[in-house]
Amino acid sequence: MRSPRFATGMCVATALVTVFVTTLSTALHAQTPDQPPELRVLTYDSFVSDWGPGPAIEQAFEATCGCDLVFTSAGDGAAMLARLMLTGARSEADVVLGLDTNLTAAASASGLFAPHGLSPALDLPVAWEDPLFLPFDWGWFAFVHDTRRTPNAPGSFVELIASDLNIVIQDPRSSTPGLGLLMWIKAAYGDEAGAIWQGLAPRIVTVTPGWSEAYGLFLEGEADMVLSYTTSPAYHLIAEDTPDFAAVGFVEGHYLQVEVAGILANSDQPDLAAQFMEFMTSDAFQSVIPVTNWMYPAVTPADGLPEGFETLLRPETTLLLSAEDAASLRDAALSEWRDALAR
Amino acid sequence: MRWRAEPRALIWAAVFVAAVLIALNLGALGAVVWRAERGAALGAADWAAARFTVIQALMSAVLSVLLAVPVARALARRRFWGRGVLIVLMGAPFILPVLTAIVGLLAVFGRNGLFNDLTGLLGLPPIRIYGMHGVVIAHVFFNLPLSVRLILQSWARIPAEHQRLGAALGFGAVARFRHIEAPMLARVVPGALAVVFLICLTSFAVALTLGGGPRATTLELAIYQAFRFDFDLGRAALLALLQAAIGATALVLLAQFTLPDGAVSGLDRTAPAPPGGMARWLDGVSITLAALFLLVPLALVVARGAPHVWGLPAPVWLALGQSLKIAALSVVLLAVMTAALTLAGLQRRWPEGLGMAALVASPMVIGTGLFIVIHPVADPTGWATAVTALVNAAMALPFALRAVLPAARRAEADFARLSVALGLGWRAHLRLVLWPRLRRPAGFALGLGAALSLGDLGVIVLFAQTGGETLPMQVQRLMGAYRTGDAAGAALLLLVVALAGFVVLERLIGGKNADV
Repeated sequence: MRSPRFATGMCVATALVTVFVTTLSTALHAQTPDQPPELRVLTYDSFVSDWGPGPAIEQAFEATCGCDLVFTSAGDGAAMLARLMLTGARSEADVVLGLDTNLTAAASASGLFAPHGLSPALDLPVAWEDPLFLPFDWGWFAFVHDTRRTPNAPGSFVELIASDLNIVIQDPRSSTPGLGLLMWIKAAYGDEAGAIWQGLAPRIVTVTPGWSEAYGLFLEGEADMVLSYTTSPAYHLIAEDTPDFAAVGFVEGHYLQVEVAGILANSDQPDLAAQFMEFMTSDAFQSVIPVTNWMYPAVTPADGLPEGFETLLRPETTLLLSAEDAASLRDAALSEWRDALAR
Repeated sequence: MRWRAEPRALIWAAVFVAAVLIALNLGALGAVVWRAERGAALGAADWAAARFTVIQALMSAVLSVLLAVPVARALARRRFWGRGVLIVLMGAPFILPVLTAIVGLLAVFGRNGLFNDLTGLLGLPPIRIYGMHGVVIAHVFFNLPLSVRLILQSWARIPAEHQRLGAALGFGAVARFRHIEAPMLARVVPGALAVVFLICLTSFAVALTLGGGPRATTLELAIYQAFRFDFDLGRAALLALLQAAIGATALVLLAQFTLPDGAVSGLDRTAPAPPGGMARWLDGVSITLAALFLLVPLALVVARGAPHVWGLPAPVWLALGQSLKIAALSVVLLAVMTAALTLAGLQRRWPEGLGMAALVASPMVIGTGLFIVIHPVADPTGWATAVTALVNAAMALPFALRAVLPAARRAEADFARLSVALGLGWRAHLRLVLWPRLRRPAGFALGLGAALSLGDLGVIVLFAQTGGETLPMQVQRLMGAYRTGDAAGAALLLLVVALAGFVVLERLIGGKNADV
């Protein structure tokens, strides 16, 4: 007698929960009509953080747009794209901000994005033409070291392999810089990439899930160098007054990360979204980027870069795979990486 | 045998909780499967991940519980100055945010850590923590405290009559172990093993950071990557099923070995004096070693964070408020769930199995599944608080049941006959018989629930919106913004609040002798 009653109860309870959820959500959704229009921007977590560019940019845009700018965040660039795929055309976001060139091929293929129709003059080390995505900042990947601890840094991957230095890197499957390094070595060494990874394997202390774990381990002294950006020393110099950190120049060249934004085709605020894209390459947005996102602005502000940026390493060779190449090479490059490091 | 008819409302409450749990687990997984494309398959790398996951979880569980036994015994039978504080502090690693704990562990076992300083002084070569052993050390660091607490509670429930009889018969250490302690351990150890195994099964950041590379890929990481890197929901669901199957198998296997808890009975008398001599010395060593292992990394976390706590920026304090709100809601939900399943579980087994279910599910899958379910009907960001509190409560439920249910069954075994003979009704039985014996484990369970909820960085990440950040999120963001010092300060704040929440709830609910 007990089990049928249990089953009935289960059904009733589940039904009750469903009704409750639906009612509550309908109630929450009822909006008052006289609110300003809302522009929803989906971005990565550290962008909206109180220490990132989000708050200043929200304030600056709301001062001109007569709208309410709402940031929603989803982990990092890749998690954001996953979120977008999950919600598909039903996504409530109007603008997606923070994808990079490793993701734009998949993002384009999703068919969720609409052309931005803008062609501002950009200060990028490479030419940029993409009808769907517009850059807002960029940076070179580089290994960063503490010049007090390791005064003699290697000048190339080959020298790094021959050295006795330890590095900490990020997992390409869970971290944007990690994937950047994978592409960096692929772009620099092509079919030799597997051999480079095998050479690097003994130099790698550990592989962390994300950038912050790796950088934290490096600051703790667990590794001599960490995979980060050429702009990382600027944080220590400007915010902490510490001139001891430096990025290491590699003769192979440095891989570029270009961070872009795009308008969603299903946006119910297309005009506001277009206005935001235009605002994105203006001084008000771009001048916030260097000292909050610690990247190079896509358009150098009228006042130039903040003091301290002139001390940074500027690589002579820039490497960047096209979005299509990055997408098609990814899986093969990943198996090379896994095979080399799993030994 | 049924002693008295249970109130109808109790059964309904248990069924309702069960429905919520099933909806949460199966519903979330179902949602992911529903959104998946067809034709997913598991590759060699996935099976390697499964193998690594099982081996590290098994080693971590066995080692945690094995080491916990002498520590729990020592703490159970010795009384010394600062014992209560020590027990509380030794529980701290379990509620520490993962990243912070790793930093603490590295300060001891890392390249420039204290341990290598020591081996350097002795002229020994430095050790490297990265690898399988590093993962296991970290998991033992997290789970030894929990194992100690679970076993300690069981030790405290050994009927004093047994010990008195043992003493009267002149039992030595061997006889005491064989006749008194081993039967008790046989009841608690499988459960503790299961809990630790299941926690380590879904390990993610620890395994990857300390594992040293792609060799140390766990299933949870593979699930995360299937979602995030390949956007392959079918593979993610398949991996989640594999993970759930491993967890469920472990639960079933260990349930086979667990003795029913009704075989012993006693009547709450005081215990005889503990043995002296060699045993006393051994207990001292056990407690000292465990305290060193757990408290030195903790002390280093405190030392690193302390200079930054007062200068923490305002958003961190706001996030503290949000975290407290979620934790409070989560504790209420946990209390309801635990009470319903415990009382229903006195006479049947399904509530226990169901309560363990949340540990089997992948947090990543639950979060994503809920997102898929909620998104079409409502804005998921508006649901961040409720969903996080519910998932946190479900995640803490297995620990709560582990603590409360055995105590409830013991109380029922010892006193149900008396209570029926006296003609007590359900309410009087609850108030006079069960509650006095359950409030201590219940206090522990809810305190743990509060602490776990405060330290959780799971589903909230998928749902949160600007303004709804929790404290662990802010720790993460500070680290992501190069602010390592502030992150250490915020992590210390989190540790202090979580520990305080734990102690307050445990005392409030458990009474003043709560830490036994």
